[in-house]
Amino acid sequence: MVEKKGLSYWLSHAGLILGVIVIGFPIWLAFVASTVTQSEIVSPPMPLLPGGEFITNYKEALFSGINAPVALMLLNSTIMALGIALGKIFISLLSAFAIVYFRFPGRQLFFWMIFLTLMLPIEVRIVPSYGVVAQFGMLNSYSGLIFPLIASATATFLFRQFFLTIPNELTEAARVDGAGPVRFFFDIILPMSKTNIAALFVILFIYGWNQFLWPLLITTDPSMNTIVMGIKQMFPSGDDNANWPVIMATSLLAMVPPVLIVIFMQKFFVRGLIESEK
Amino acid sequence: MNQQPTSNPHSPTPFLQIDRLRKKFGDFVALDDVSLDVFEGEFVCFLGPSGCGKTTFLRAIAGLDIQTAGTVHQAGKDISALPPSERDFGIVFQSYALFPNLTVAKNIAFGLENQKLSKPDIVKRVTELLELVNLPDQGAKYPAQLSGGEQQRVALSRALATSPGLLLLDEPLSALDAKVRTYLRHEMKALQRRLGVTTIMVTHDQEEALTMADRIVVMNHGVIEQVGTPTEIYRQPNTLFVADFIGEMNQITGKAISSDRVEVAGRTVLTKPHKAAVDATVTVTIRPEDIIPHGEDARSPGVTDTLEQAENEFDGTVEDMEFLGSFWRVSLKSASVKERTFSEVTLTVDMSINAIRRMNIAIGQSITVELPAQRILVFPQGNSNA
Repeated sequence: MVEKKGLSYWLSHAGLILGVIVIGFPIWLAFVASTVTQSEIVSPPMPLLPGGEFITNYKEALFSGINAPVALMLLNSTIMALGIALGKIFISLLSAFAIVYFRFPGRQLFFWMIFLTLMLPIEVRIVPSYGVVAQFGMLNSYSGLIFPLIASATATFLFRQFFLTIPNELTEAARVDGAGPVRFFFDIILPMSKTNIAALFVILFIYGWNQFLWPLLITTDPSMNTIVMGIKQMFPSGDDNANWPVIMATSLLAMVPPVLIVIFMQKFFVRGLIESEK
Repeated sequence: MNQQPTSNPHSPTPFLQIDRLRKKFGDFVALDDVSLDVFEGEFVCFLGPSGCGKTTFLRAIAGLDIQTAGTVHQAGKDISALPPSERDFGIVFQSYALFPNLTVAKNIAFGLENQKLSKPDIVKRVTELLELVNLPDQGAKYPAQLSGGEQQRVALSRALATSPGLLLLDEPLSALDAKVRTYLRHEMKALQRRLGVTTIMVTHDQEEALTMADRIVVMNHGVIEQVGTPTEIYRQPNTLFVADFIGEMNQITGKAISSDRVEVAGRTVLTKPHKAAVDATVTVTIRPEDIIPHGEDARSPGVTDTLEQAENEFDGTVEDMEFLGSFWRVSLKSASVKERTFSEVTLTVDMSINAIRRMNIAIGQSITVELPAQRILVFPQGNSNA
């Protein structure tokens, strides 16, 4: 590391501190708002230090909520995000494996077709997707939340690129030793991809967690709401006062799982990186 | 094709019969109707410059790149169209191709597990193999934790794990440093001899081929230039390409005068009997170590100059001397004033350290050397691909 002293040292620190404040202050405000009473929030000035209602507010948010208990919405979100992340990884691994290691007619065509779906995110195909899901009777269900989002061109492409870097001789060594494609996949390819899988899992989990439009469309039953869209549902229509402490507590709770995933998985893929370097 | 019968002590039916093997990549002919017999227990080296088709040949035998035409028989069975897993061989790749996510023991066991052997049998065999390659107690390590030489030995034991009838080695030593390479050369050769497994090794390193092989197959441009024992290849090269590719060779252009004489730079030189037509332009070759310097004690006592020797004597000025450790490589330029000389010819002569010391040879000095006729090989020009 380059050790810098003097003006540039202080300047860069000042810049970083400013950045932290810009990012951190709204979160701090949200946290403060989640620890005070409704009346303290609506009467200016807004307090800047936490109040004493932390347990009450979080308890209310988690177990009763406004439309549905936040604990339930967290569970829904977790199931959806895990389903999307793991499903995407599994399907991408298999399709990349097929594209790289098998010669079948139209191989390139299929690859480019998968690649083209990058241009068709859920927002673009939302009406037909909704129609299909509705006809399958998958509205207000986990499968309805997960399946339309489960194919991933990005992940397929990343795995394909990674598989292409695996030396051919390794594949041949496995072939010579009589390993079939399934054994080769599970014993060699899968373990070798674990660093990539960990990195992708983080990205895809957060992608799934942050889905807003799709859950908003297909979950009409509050008990199937996910937390990201659930926050929006908490705002009352019309002139009613919003229950700010509970909404803020919900917002902060919504941030916890992605943060945990990043922290936990970071250890994982750093270890993966070290192992492959050894 | 220059495949000639060679004296070999093996059984009459070859273990591996390769017949008119041809491999094309698009329009490029990588193997041009190559035929070869390999006998049981033999160590054969495919030697040639890069792009000569030696690796393609090996991969065709392994079934990794199926040939365009031709057949391969192993132990009497036609294996021409079989996939690699159904053929009976083990292979060591240039990059070793060890599975990085598996331990050494698991790597070696990989093929055994596919043969549905019982757990204890596999463990026993893996231990046995690790001892065979002098790596006991290394089974639990991962390939990345081993040195290049150790990885290579693991790859070798993985190739031998299923006790294959044929061992294929694709430049197994080329990624190692010189010391390890020399050491492993001996180890592998000793191991091969002990196990008696028929082995084919691809290499571009002539020293490796000369020291390890029972027979060498010299290849160039997709064809076999010559098949023979290392001594045959070195001493009696069939073509100029082989002569040039293996070892050092002085090459001088000349003209054939008779079946054992050529004219080189205005002088007649007696050579080993050759087949070049009279008046044909030929390349006259002699190895640097075959040239005998004249001087006190340089030759065995009692040998007197005969007419033939006088005819092949050459005066030259030492132009350059290169110290190569165990001997000196001397560049000898023709001394233009004397009569026993060629015009405009520089010969490379290998001289022992003793000879240099005794004769007090230094740059600028004139010396006389003899070119023994039996060591002078003559190749017609124009038929070589070199």
